[in-house]
Amino acid sequence: MLLLVLGWLFLGAIGLLRPHSLRFVARGLFPAGAVIGLGVALLGTVALLAGHAPQAMVLPLGLPSLPFHVRLDALSGFFLLLMGLAGAGISIFAAGYFRSGEGTAPGLLGLHYHIFLASMALVVLADDAYFFMVAWELMALSSYFLVVSQHRLPEIRRAGFLYLLMAHLGALCLLLSFGVLQGGRWQFTFDAMRGAPLTPLWATVAFLLALLGFGAKAGLVPLHGWLPEAHPAAPSPVSAMMSGLMLKTAVYGMLRITFDLLHVQFWQWGVLVLALGLFSAIYGAIFAGVKTDMKRLLAYSSIENIGLIFTGIGLAILFDACHLPLFAALALSAALLHSLNHAFFKSLLFLATGNVLHATKRRSLGALGGLAHTMPWVATMALVGTLAIAGLPPLNGFVSEWLLLQAFLFTPQIPHAFINMLVPLGAAVLALTVALAAYVMVKFYGIIFLGQPREPALEDAHDANWLERIGLAWLALGCIAIGVLPQIALRAAGAVTGLLLGQTVNFSSQLWWVAPITAKQASYSGLLLLAGIICVVGITFVVVRGLAHGRFRRTVPWDCGYPWQTSRMQDTAEGFGQPIRHIFGTAFDMERELPSPSDSAPHYRIHVEDRLWRMAYLPIERAVQRLSDAIGVLQGGRLAIYLLYSFLTLLALLVGVL
Amino acid sequence: MPHSNHWIVPSLNLLASILLLISFAMLSRRRTQRLITLFAWQGLVLFTSTCLVAYSSGQKEMYYSAGLTLMLKVIALPWILHRLIQRLGAQWDSELLVNIPTTMLVGLVLVIFAFGLAQPISRMATTITRNTIGIALAVIFLAFLMMITRRKAVTQVIGFLAMENGLFFAATSATYGMPMVIELGIALDLLVGFFILGIFFFQIREQFDSLDLSHLEALKEE
Repeated sequence: MLLLVLGWLFLGAIGLLRPHSLRFVARGLFPAGAVIGLGVALLGTVALLAGHAPQAMVLPLGLPSLPFHVRLDALSGFFLLLMGLAGAGISIFAAGYFRSGEGTAPGLLGLHYHIFLASMALVVLADDAYFFMVAWELMALSSYFLVVSQHRLPEIRRAGFLYLLMAHLGALCLLLSFGVLQGGRWQFTFDAMRGAPLTPLWATVAFLLALLGFGAKAGLVPLHGWLPEAHPAAPSPVSAMMSGLMLKTAVYGMLRITFDLLHVQFWQWGVLVLALGLFSAIYGAIFAGVKTDMKRLLAYSSIENIGLIFTGIGLAILFDACHLPLFAALALSAALLHSLNHAFFKSLLFLATGNVLHATKRRSLGALGGLAHTMPWVATMALVGTLAIAGLPPLNGFVSEWLLLQAFLFTPQIPHAFINMLVPLGAAVLALTVALAAYVMVKFYGIIFLGQPREPALEDAHDANWLERIGLAWLALGCIAIGVLPQIALRAAGAVTGLLLGQTVNFSSQLWWVAPITAKQASYSGLLLLAGIICVVGITFVVVRGLAHGRFRRTVPWDCGYPWQTSRMQDTAEGFGQPIRHIFGTAFDMERELPSPSDSAPHYRIHVEDRLWRMAYLPIERAVQRLSDAIGVLQGGRLAIYLLYSFLTLLALLVGVL
Repeated sequence: MPHSNHWIVPSLNLLASILLLISFAMLSRRRTQRLITLFAWQGLVLFTSTCLVAYSSGQKEMYYSAGLTLMLKVIALPWILHRLIQRLGAQWDSELLVNIPTTMLVGLVLVIFAFGLAQPISRMATTITRNTIGIALAVIFLAFLMMITRRKAVTQVIGFLAMENGLFFAATSATYGMPMVIELGIALDLLVGFFILGIFFFQIREQFDSLDLSHLEALKEE
């Protein structure tokens, strides 16, 4: 396992040998990285199959009394599987994606890219707090350099700074959380933390700090500010990695601390995580609805999906605290499955936007359209991803969202009347979110790929090259495979729930059938559904062909009173978002310029901002600014004053000695 | 103690008080040239006292360190400083941040403070020179005070060097000097630091056409 991770680092290092040779780095190193990704996925699977026999090792690295510990158990295995599979697809795509002359030299980019991959694998392998933090920071830094790879643009530098700031604040919280978790024994291995005696109060403190730290990385809503800035700033394969893979390390960390290191759970924690998750989900969906930049839209959609995953985790904590391990396992399985799904479809969509970006140089939805004709391959793959993320059967997004909803339906079993009242509300929010997500995806796909091109330059957009096609197809295949045979992924998740909760949900004994808890309540078979869809479509096709055969009459269709249509007549992205803007107006800060009726060249402009920016982030920024100004008074600029400081310090220290 | 000659301790005390006197004199001088002369005198006193301590304790190594003091602090550095201020045209220095009487009063308070501070330390020390620890501390404080109250860059460096003198004296009086290796290292550091500061002088003058440190306030970020 470690050899493979080292392999990634090694690939990054050899990229430095010829940093400016795009051919060498892109065609040679990135595909090799993809192969290593497959190896990682394979080993993750082995770890999952091994079940309760984790492999642990102490590395001869690190500080003298703090060696690095690594451990491979089912939880790490699951996330390695996720990273390996999705990472392989992204790497193959990246091999074809990077062009010369775009920001950082390819060799450096390859170095950061592979360090990023390796550090993510190390995060899930680490078995002591020290190594975990080292890997975690390595991940933050390498991804920072990837985000600012086009550092000549000021807004990208700004996004990168914001990202780095949030990452450091999150890491600080994690550091404190580990400090609490060691429980006064000053041993930082996870093994020691598992046995550390913590009072409920300190356990709660550790949990809240971990929630803050991992929440900042995952983009839970009050801490999401960096995500819609950083993801669009990065090159598309990097956006895909950050959204599909890196956010999952936060999910991993949350699970590791909550279910593995802390051995008590309180239902209040569950309610908190549930509320944050649902809020993030609905918030992300609403904002994705009004955003008109395609990558920003996907970034908000990531917030929504992370919200769904945390909703599942919250439910699992809630059930576990109420001693209902079976339902907890169900909720956790749904969260894990959704993590896996999100890694596939979100990566796929980000990569597709990369293709669109390369082909058209446009990111705003308002300038795109009709690309299905010029980029059929990308359009088909993006369609798969869009359907998956919209939660339509028989694709993978449906299964996890459906399971999550099923888990909600078991909440009446909880013995707290208060929660029983609140949770149906949560289920309603979940349903609303999923519906909104579908709406957003219709907008995303419809505006980019369907209709007529909004600009003449789009006519000669080129399709993906063959390496990119392989990457896209690999991810799309993953979406379909998990959707049709979710049992495979669910059994992998089962190994994790077995480790964390001591309980595995038996979804069904048959491979093609999924039934949470009992088949009486609900069951689903992707394979049967797919077969059904194919049959219906096939029969319809045959019937229509048979009935209509020979009776075609080519003629000018009724033009509905419009003798001609231009691309200006199509619904725009702004138009699509208008209902959402209208309904959820309180969530936004809007600036709108409406044309006057007599204007001969009417112009409509709208600018939508996140209200949390003004309400939460800016006051904090101002407070920090004031504080630093107050401290800045110390820096008078006069040498005599500075000397006086050191003199007084010296005197004070000497008096202290006395 | 090999040579517990009764005249050594009083003469050491005398030398220590001369050192303190020179420190006060430095505090009250305005001209840079006078300061350099005083600095050289300070080095000479230091050399003498080190020789005396070496003689009384019978430690051969201390003669080396005394020789080092003589070469570096009495001959080399004052000479270089003289050359430097002539090149820079900075012989005349009359700019003080605090007027001289006030500085002297503050200096008095510092000396009292230093003696109070030195009491517990001298009780622990076993050397014959333990009474002079307070004076050594006072010399350090006074040199620091000089650095604070002067505005020209050259005087700051002289203050810095005088502070090192105080430290050296403290070391000889408390523990019969530091190990030779450390002393050599410090001497080298001093020399290097001095050269770097000398280069800075020229840079500062080139930038601001003056060695007045108040110009450095312009460097502060607004």
